[in-house]
This record gives sequence, structure tokens and C-alpha cells, in this order.
Amino acid sequence: MRLNYPTNVKIVKVPCTGRVDILLILHAFESGVDGVYLAGCLEGECHFLRGNLRAKKRVQYAKKLLDEVGLGGARLEMYNMSSAQGQRFAEVAREMTEKIKALGPSPVKNRVRGVQDSRGQVK
Amino acid sequence: MKTKSNIERILESGGFVVTSECGPPRGADPEVIRKKGNLLKGVVDAVNVTDNQTSVVRMSSFSSCIILKEMGFDPILQMVCRDRNRIAIQSDILGAGALGINNILCLSGDHQKFGDHPKAKNVFDIDSIQLINTVKILRDDGKFLGGEEVKGKPVLFIGAAENPFADPFEIRAARLGKKVKAGCEFIQTQCIYNMEKFTKWMEMVRDRGLHERCAILAGVTPFKSVGMAKYMKNSVPGMDVPDGMIERMKGVAKEKQSEEGIKICVETIQKLREIPGVRGIHIMAIEWEEKVAEIAQSAGLLPRPQV
Amino acid sequence: MIVANRKSLEEILNMLKPYKKVLLLGCNECVTVCAAGGEREVGVLASELKLSRAKDGQEIEIKEQTLERQCDHEYIDQVRPFVGDYEVILSIACGAGIQYVGEKYRTKIVLPGVNTTFLGVTLEQGVWSERCQGCGECVLHMTGGVCPIARCAKSLLNGPCGGSSNGKCEVDKDLDCGWQLIIDRLKELNQLDRYEEIIPVKDWTTSRDGGPRKRLREDLRL
Ligand code: SF4
Ligand code: SF4
Repeated sequence: MRLNYPTNVKIVKVPCTGRVDILLILHAFESGVDGVYLAGCLEGECHFLRGNLRAKKRVQYAKKLLDEVGLGGARLEMYNMSSAQGQRFAEVAREMTEKIKALGPSPVKNRVRGVQDSRGQVK
Repeated sequence: MKTKSNIERILESGGFVVTSECGPPRGADPEVIRKKGNLLKGVVDAVNVTDNQTSVVRMSSFSSCIILKEMGFDPILQMVCRDRNRIAIQSDILGAGALGINNILCLSGDHQKFGDHPKAKNVFDIDSIQLINTVKILRDDGKFLGGEEVKGKPVLFIGAAENPFADPFEIRAARLGKKVKAGCEFIQTQCIYNMEKFTKWMEMVRDRGLHERCAILAGVTPFKSVGMAKYMKNSVPGMDVPDGMIERMKGVAKEKQSEEGIKICVETIQKLREIPGVRGIHIMAIEWEEKVAEIAQSAGLLPRPQV
Repeated sequence: MIVANRKSLEEILNMLKPYKKVLLLGCNECVTVCAAGGEREVGVLASELKLSRAKDGQEIEIKEQTLERQCDHEYIDQVRPFVGDYEVILSIACGAGIQYVGEKYRTKIVLPGVNTTFLGVTLEQGVWSERCQGCGECVLHMTGGVCPIARCAKSLLNGPCGGSSNGKCEVDKDLDCGWQLIIDRLKELNQLDRYEEIIPVKDWTTSRDGGPRKRLREDLRL
């Protein structure tokens, strides 16, 4: 099954959304992304029992931090879907892209000094 | 007789005591005190003067006591541990002794959180039981807490408050026992609405023989309205208002509610007088001092013995 | 442990206004356990500061460092080689650590990034609760192992006051009445008779009231 989703969405694979900590999210914003969303398993269906519920709480906390920082918590979301729901994945990707487009580019784009790029080099 | 207290005199003669209270104003106008005082003339044996009650700043209990004293009352100086350390407390007790204040009521004090200065730092250097003992040591041993000798002992009749309805219930009589051991000579209780619980508490008090070593003055407060009854039930810490009371207040028309409140209060007093060990009544008509005379009259507490 | 609370980003940003080069110091002890000032919190705060400055188009350079302890000088010495490269130190250790860093680098301004609150325990993941006020003369043997100074809102030595209701304190319906806890525990220990004893007036000289305290162990000194 091939599904189309916007090419501007870059996927970072993790074994479980429970692995995503606040620092990871903040570092993504430091590197200049316009928005971040987590695609976790359906609630109650986490292989590690509570990973997606933890992620949900962390996302809520990180939203608060982003509000304080001035980027706005709306640039961060958490979605739940099962691995069988390819359609839903594409739908969410489109929905989030629309939402972030409406918010405009991140005000910190390319402005944070000392950020490591994906090859571990400091820009 | 240890002191010149009116309460002590009446108790010694086997009489039944009536006290009431006077809340000082939030300002420097002495007329407010005099007006409240006038309403209590000939109705009570002594008047409590609250000490920054509910942690709201008011004219000091001490100065209000003096105003009442000038009017011929026997004031009861209420003193809380929230706002003074042992130095200020002992100094105020000496002052009270010097100015002829004959009674003191020792309290921990409400926490400042609900008052008008919640950001204040509290003191609580000593607690109410230790305060009772402090007055006793000053008066009977002529010693300061620091051990030095007092030149000219302050002679005060020592009282405290007790809430028979607070938790844990099982240690309430034991706590009164500690107050008596510390030197407490009279107790004014929290407002009584739950007669059953109070009766049980009195049993516990009598079992320990505390009623013989310390006079229990039972506290009552008339409801002005069903709203007030509900407020007392739900919002005043440590207050026990049975649902039956609320229902009874609800059962009468709005304009008759204050009358009903007074009626309940009078009936309560009559029941309290029957309980062995109750030596007097403390009527707290909150901002309703004009009703104290009527309540005392209807309850058959008048006239008061001459002093 | 000593429990602290991160200050708001706004307050920290205000303190940092004049500075562009910041040495951010965390501590690996208590504040790590209570998630206020450990390595992770250093990372999060640094990131927040960078994002927020970047948003306003202002520069900031932050050196992140978490010391083993900020209350022992040998660890504080570890930043000596580069401390001179920064205009200001922002410490998120407890109040003791923050001060001690300042004592070691006397010409550096050291700013507090946390509010230090109490000596307490972890009730559960993410929940901490006060237990002791360091009064200097422990009475736990008399009060069923529950501290009346720290756990009664009025620090009553002969409680409970008349405001205790259904096990809760008059100050807050969600707060356990310390004296209810004492009595419950005395009962469990079969020591309720202890309750009959009056605890005398406390000597507060061992507490803050006696002035700043110092402790000495001659045998340990070099
Ligand atoms: S009595 Fe003093 S030392 Fe003991 S736990 Fe309480 S505050 Fe701490
Ligand atoms: S309710 Fe309990 S904890 Fe609160 S002040 Fe009174 S005795 Fe202390």
C-alpha cells in the first residue's frame, strides 16, 4: 500500500513514543522545525503498557514550555493510531501540515546557535 | 479565690456563669466597642474580646479590654500564639495584670491563611497549652519562662477554648486534660449544635473528673438565617452542624428564620443546663450582639448576680 | 532530600537580561532526584532559554554543566578552567549550592534558577512532600515518628488545634492534619499514653532562631 503524505514531514523513528523525552522535542525546535507531532499507538495498546500515556503527559508539559518560550504549544501535538491505519497516518500528516502552515514558520528558524545537525556537526 | 475575676467569684459561690463576646472593630473608633458593650450591660458576667479573630487585623484585644473595663465590665483578654513570641506574650500578660484585666483566654489562633494578611509570617513560638502554663507560672510561681523572678505577679483567671467536635474525637477529652494539667481553670467550648456528640464529650470529661477541676462553659451561637447555618456547616473548620438543624431552619419562612435561630439557641441553652458538669454558657452572637439580652432572658439566665 | 522548584522561565529571562554568555550549573544530588536541577533540567532550561532568545532575535551562549555536588568545593573547582569565559552563572542547585558557587567565584554573579522549598520525601513519581524543618532538636521519639514542627501548619507541640477535621488540616482540605497523623501512629505503636504528656516549651536556639548554624567534628578535621 503506497500512501501519499506531505513531503515536508520528516519521520524520526523510535521504538515507542514513551522514548520521546522533552529534550528531544525541544532540540527539534532548536534545529529549526516548524512543528512536531508524535504518532503513538492507540491508548491501551502500548506494547510497553504505558509508553504512549507517558508521551501524552510529556507532550502536555512540553506544550506549556513552548508557550512560555513564545513558540506556542500549538506547534506540538500527539496523535494516536494503530500500525494498521495507514490511511489515518496520511490524514494526520496532512492535518498537522495544514495546522503548522497556518501558524507560519517557526520564529526561531536558523537562529539558535550551537545546534547540532543530524550528522552531529555544530552549525 | 485566687483572682478578682467575676467568673471565678460566681463559680466559687456555686453559680451559673454567662459570658459573651465582643469583636473589636477594623479601625480606631472606640465608640464601636462602647456600643457593643452597652448591649451587654447587665446581661453577662464577663466579656471575651477576640484577638484578631480569623486572622483579620482589628483593634487589639488588649485596648478593647481596657475600654470595656472602663465601662464596668470584667473583660476576658483573648490571646493567640500566632502573632507573638514568648517575650511579647509575657510582657502583655504583665500589662494585663497591671491594668486590672482579670481573665485571659489562651488560644493557638486561626492560621493566617484565611485572614486579610495571608502573606504574613506566623510565630507559634509556643502553643495554647504552653501559653496556659506560662500564665500559671507567672501568676503562681512568680517566674518567667526564662526562670527569672517576676516582681509583681499578674493575677489572671486562666481560661482556654476547646472544640468537642474537632477530630480526632477520641483524644479530645485527653487534650482538655492536658489543658487542665497546664493550669486551665475555665473552658469555653466551640458553638454546640450537635447535642449528642457534646453529651458524649461531656461524659468523657466527667470520666476523667475534669469538670471538677475546670469549669466548662458551653458555647452557643444563634443562626441568623439558613444561609448562615449552611455556611457554618460547610465553611467553618471544626464546626459540627447536624443536617436536622439546617432542615429546621429551612422549614420556616425567610422572615421568620432569625426568630427560629434564636428559638433553637434558647432550647439548646436549656438542654445544656441539664448536663452535669456544665457550669455556664458562652453566647457568641456574631455581629448580632443586640440579641444576647433576649437570648439570656428567654433562657432564664437573667438577672445576673450582683458583684 | 532538599526539594526545590524551577523558577518560571519569565523570571529567569528577566534576571538574565543583561547577559549573553551563561554558565548553567546543575547538581547531581537532591535537585536531580526532585527533578528541579539535574542534568535533564539543565538541558531543558538551556533549550528553553535558547529558543526564547532566538525568537526575539537575541543571542545567548550557554555552557551546560552538572556537578556531582554544588555543596562541596572540590566539585565546584571543576568549572574553574572555563568559568572566566562566562559573564554570569545560573545555578539550579539548592540554595546552599547556589551560594557556595558564589563563595568560590567571588567576582562572578550567581543567579538562582530554582526556589528551594523543603526537606522532604518522594511520595510517588513526581510528588514530593515536606517532612522536616531542621529544628535542631528532634522530638520524633515523643510524637510517634511524625514531626509536629514540619507537619502541623501551626507547629503545635501539643496539638491538634480545634480546626482538625476528618483527618485534614484547617489550612487546606487536601492537607493531612499532622496531629491526626501523630495520634494514628501513636495508636499503631501502642503509645497513645504518650499523648497525655505535655511537651514543654521548645528551645529554639538550635533552630534558625539561634542564628546561622555550624557543625564541627574535630576528629574529622585535617
Ligand atoms: S522535630 Fe525538628 S529535627 Fe525532628 S523532624 Fe521535626 S523539624 Fe526535623
Ligand atoms: S488542623 Fe492539625 S495540622 Fe492543621 S494546624 Fe491544626 S493541628 Fe496543626
